[in-house]
Amino acid sequence: MKKWQIGAIGLLSASLLSGSFMALNSSAGAQGGMVVGVSWSNFQEERWKTDEAAIKTALAAAGATYVSTDAQSSSEKQINDVNTLITKGAKAIILLAQDKDAIGPAIEAAKAAKIPIVAYDRLVENPYAYYLTFDNVEVGRIMGREILKVKSKGQFVFIKGDPGDANAEFVYGGQREVLEKNIKSGRIVVAAIQATEGWKPENAQRNMEQILTKLNNKVDVVMSSNDGMAGGAIAALAAVKLAGKVAVSGQDGDLGALNRVALGTQTVSVWKDSRALGKAAGEIAVELAKGTALTAIKGTKVFKDGPKKVAMNSTLLAPIGITKKNLNLVLDAGWIKKEVLCAGVTKLAICK
Amino acid sequence: MQNIQKNPPVVRRSFLQNLGMDTQLLTMLGAIVVVWIGFQILSQGLFLSPRNLWFLSVQSAVVGIMVGGMVLIIVARQIDLAAGSILGITAMVMAVVQAPAPNGLGWHWIIALIAGILTAALIGAINGSITAFVGVPAFVVTLAGMMIFRNGTFVLSSVTITPLNETFQILGGGNNGSIGPIWTWVFGVAVIALILWQTLTGRMRRQKNGFAVRPMWAEALITAVTVAIVVGFVLVMNAYPVPGSEPPVGSGMPVPVLIALAVLGFLNWMTRNTRFGRYIYAIGGNPEAALLAGINVKRTILYIFMLMGFLTAIAAAVQAARLNGATPTVGRDLELTVIAGAVIGGTVLSGGAGTILGAGLGALLISSLENGLGLVGVATEQQKIYIGLVLLLAVIWNTVSARWRKA
Repeated sequence: MKKWQIGAIGLLSASLLSGSFMALNSSAGAQGGMVVGVSWSNFQEERWKTDEAAIKTALAAAGATYVSTDAQSSSEKQINDVNTLITKGAKAIILLAQDKDAIGPAIEAAKAAKIPIVAYDRLVENPYAYYLTFDNVEVGRIMGREILKVKSKGQFVFIKGDPGDANAEFVYGGQREVLEKNIKSGRIVVAAIQATEGWKPENAQRNMEQILTKLNNKVDVVMSSNDGMAGGAIAALAAVKLAGKVAVSGQDGDLGALNRVALGTQTVSVWKDSRALGKAAGEIAVELAKGTALTAIKGTKVFKDGPKKVAMNSTLLAPIGITKKNLNLVLDAGWIKKEVLCAGVTKLAICK
Repeated sequence: MQNIQKNPPVVRRSFLQNLGMDTQLLTMLGAIVVVWIGFQILSQGLFLSPRNLWFLSVQSAVVGIMVGGMVLIIVARQIDLAAGSILGITAMVMAVVQAPAPNGLGWHWIIALIAGILTAALIGAINGSITAFVGVPAFVVTLAGMMIFRNGTFVLSSVTITPLNETFQILGGGNNGSIGPIWTWVFGVAVIALILWQTLTGRMRRQKNGFAVRPMWAEALITAVTVAIVVGFVLVMNAYPVPGSEPPVGSGMPVPVLIALAVLGFLNWMTRNTRFGRYIYAIGGNPEAALLAGINVKRTILYIFMLMGFLTAIAAAVQAARLNGATPTVGRDLELTVIAGAVIGGTVLSGGAGTILGAGLGALLISSLENGLGLVGVATEQQKIYIGLVLLLAVIWNTVSARWRKA
């Protein structure tokens, strides 16, 4: 037993040491050119790897050097991370905030050091930062518009995101904004609205089953707020042989969802090309580091729809609604492979 | 507190004592009946429709498959907090192995199923070994496992893997995922035959060995009610028509429900009739005494965790098939629902006591609440409040009634 314990402690400390060694190594890469720092909130999430590649490319094109830290989902660590980036000589910081309120001290520190901040993808309500994200309300509007093209009346079911997530309300707000006219005129009936704990597809599936039972299968449209939940709702529709007959929305450009768009069981998946976001972040950070004023960044608009209504200089990129008609966009961008997109699809021209 | 036996043995027996049934089980059944009738009224007659009961049965399957294993783990004074994460990684393994390239390997779904079962059994063996042989508390081992395997799921695939093989999807009870009216009747008749045979031989055995038996009327009543429940179940399953069938054809029992019932039936038999099953309760009752009695406690604990792993893999297959895909978050927090089901069903967290049947009913009660609250239109963010309250009530009732029984 003793030996085993010593061995385990040895292994543990060895792995810890090698971990810190790797961290040292990566910081040693920061040499030459202007330094731009990126503070990730939780780099373990796969999505950010695409963003990172795009940021790196944009920085390299401008002759700047990339350094990064990962807060590993800890808002306390992220405050230290931002200071670390300043110490490393970053002239601008791209910040993916773990917590929009808890990050306050870090932004004040950057302000004191006169280092500009790009709030990346997530809002921080401090006018010192420049806000860059996709327009989440527009995501909902695009869903509404694409659905209206297919079905402009009937029984609509709303499968919303997690009740605690502000983004869920943005998307839902956008959907309602576009559909409101038809709801008022009575062409669209809001038959059911249900939020989905943790955005989990299996919860969306159970909720959809209950809604179908309640409405005796009389459903024309499912306004799902993302692709995962759309998958759950479509599984529920398939169990009562309605998949493909009911229009379903979604977002994220999930590979499975794009395949469903090709198959015809999902109507639209709103796609936020994170490479475009990463590229814009790199370019804006370099501009700001050169001393350009926030308001002088090309295309800057004022955003004040956050919870505290703080006016922020911002760029909101427009997402794209991917339907059967423009699947070539995701294919050409290399976002999805043709075999994945076209699995089981026979009719579509793009799959031939 | 010391409980002193004050009363002399009671001669006159009450109605319930005559029935000779576990009061815990009766309470559970009573609670389910109350909840069902309540929802039936609140949903204006939708809850007890064949369609909703059919879906309720499918919705209960995943937890139903796992809950029996959790009972055994808790009875043996252990806990499995990693069950949801293991379900996640196992579902992802099954999805990745069967999904066509480049998303997955594109192998046969049976290979995918076996790969998943091996993965989960291996994880169970590792958790069990560390708990049993190294002596790290199961709470810590499985807490670590919860983190490791949840993130392992992300590492395997950070995106949803869908669609899955059509034959594999039958395990989830969706399209063509039911066994049809005839086989449902075959199942029902077989179960009834088993019940009658068990009642008869059990009674004869008790009489032969000089044990007390229930009065004839009580035996007949219990058997009649049980048979009625089975027949009712078959009728309901067959009353929900296959969607789109014209003229309507009955669906029959969904495959995942068949799996869940088979698992629960087997575990129930195992705990009563096998040495392994009895050892688990002996260990939970008093580990030292079990050890002194010559039970290999460590090996038994290892086997329980492996069994739990196996059951989790079966549940993972059902979950993935039902969703027609595996997501990196699938099964998150599921262990808590499973533990809640076991506890509502009368399993005592300090070990030693708990029944498979009770836990199965506990799982059914939780599913009924989730189903009914959704049907009545209670917002998602409020549903857990009710489920939490029921959990609390159940545990209070179990604690208080256990004290009464002792007094």
